[in-house]
Amino acid sequence: MKIHLTSVFVDDQAKAEHFYTEVLGFVKKHDVPVGGEARWLTVVSPDEPGGTELLLEPAGHPAARTYRDTLVQDGIPLAQFAVDDVHAEHERLTGLGVVFTQDPLEMGPVTTAVFDDTCGNLIQIATEPK
Amino acid sequence: MADDLFKALADPTRRIILDELTEKSGQTLFEICSRLSMKHQLGISRQGISQHLAVLEAAGLVETRREGRYKFHDLNTAPLRRIAERWLGADAPGPEESTP
Repeated sequence: MKIHLTSVFVDDQAKAEHFYTEVLGFVKKHDVPVGGEARWLTVVSPDEPGGTELLLEPAGHPAARTYRDTLVQDGIPLAQFAVDDVHAEHERLTGLGVVFTQDPLEMGPVTTAVFDDTCGNLIQIATEPK
Repeated sequence: MADDLFKALADPTRRIILDELTEKSGQTLFEICSRLSMKHQLGISRQGISQHLAVLEAAGLVETRREGRYKFHDLNTAPLRRIAERWLGADAPGPEESTP
């Protein structure tokens, strides 16, 4: 068994597509209409085009709002992405106007930071433990 | 008020939370939990940490601030200054400057 897809709920798929590709730097893998305005919209890392896909899923279900608002209030991220250098990524993203709820924090072997994806979620970036 | 303050300070975990907020004020619950588990290897649940924060808030040592969709915790040292002045006097040097 392999984890080939995971998802985050997003307020607006067009906005999410922009943020996850133009700002974060992922590349679009699938973009298929699935009824109404919803799209099966996934992105992958340019470093791993065949790697795990992230589905940017419409947050239409009423339960999704409560779930996400409560987690965001406490600063809890819904996904984690690996980066080579958290400090450099923090500086790059801050320059692009991204808001961090947790600045880079060194904790033993791991450095993490948490930012707002502008689509309703907090995302953690971390250095991959060696 | 003084009872709340001494009760809040009597717990080692709560003193560590204050240490971490001294290092950086304005932390989410998630950041406080991360610091306690990763830096201090404290295996406390998020609910447990929330309860500690509630005690610190009741004592006036921690204040919460809402900013948009996020909630941040700030350190407030004013209650500590009051207890220092109670015995040391307002003009006395702070505890950090006094010799043991």
